[in-house]
Amino acid sequence: MIPTEHYVALSAILFAIGGVGFLVRRNVISALMSIEIMLNAVNIALVAFNRAQPIAHTGQMFSFFLIAAEAAEVAVGLAIVISLFRIRRTVRTDDADLLKN
Amino acid sequence: MTALGFGFFYTCAAIAIAGAIATVAARNPIRGALGLMLMIVAVAGLFLALHAQFLAIIQLIVYAGAVVVLFLFVIMLLGPDASSSRDSRGQVTRAISGALFGAGSLGGLYLVVRPAWNHAMKLVPVDSAFGGVDAMGRALFGDYVVPFELSSALLMVAIVGAVAVARGRHQTDAKNLSKEAES
Repeated sequence: MIPTEHYVALSAILFAIGGVGFLVRRNVISALMSIEIMLNAVNIALVAFNRAQPIAHTGQMFSFFLIAAEAAEVAVGLAIVISLFRIRRTVRTDDADLLKN
Repeated sequence: MTALGFGFFYTCAAIAIAGAIATVAARNPIRGALGLMLMIVAVAGLFLALHAQFLAIIQLIVYAGAVVVLFLFVIMLLGPDASSSRDSRGQVTRAISGALFGAGSLGGLYLVVRPAWNHAMKLVPVDSAFGGVDAMGRALFGDYVVPFELSSALLMVAIVGAVAVARGRHQTDAKNLSKEAES
């Protein structure tokens, strides 16, 4: 049996990769995909802890609702990307300064 | 059995990390989306190993089937403009912030995992129904029925909001309105 720590370590590594990607990438679409990586890392940790304490399905349920929330987030985020592209002809976060000044 | 389990875990973990790095590092967003797909399939495999069959299927249907396809649709809708150009404004600040975040989170990982490493949380055996569709359905429509209904409301609002945001203001609407106002 794989100990829980291995899953938690993998989850933390994936979360770090996603966080670095979100901070470093300037393409809005890449930033959104980095958020997906981070949320997937959280899902792994939740399911692994639920496997370690299999009294109820709490962790898996949290993971399920996280997936639902994430689908909503992607839909709205990509709609905002399309809207930004319509206004500015760009998908770079640097050029999204409509509220500046 | 144990060796097989270890091999499966490390294969899936390596694929997931490789997919995540490919997603973050890809200059072309389509390659990034395919890396994301790779990571999602590997995570679904990990869910199977963790006795979460229902979540593994949901992961494949929702992520690989809907989210990644949505990403690909938007990337192809935007065309070649979706790729990031080579422009190094603010690159140093970004690199520093990324390195700080990476170092901080990996340091946090070390602090959390090190004390626990030798006191491994033993995975107790579970019955085969754990995490299956039956057990998850009972939990979903029993204890978690209120958040389940709320999540459906959230998805509804998100769809309406996405349509409203992405549609934009059409010129024809304004023209029709002004014509109606004149007549």
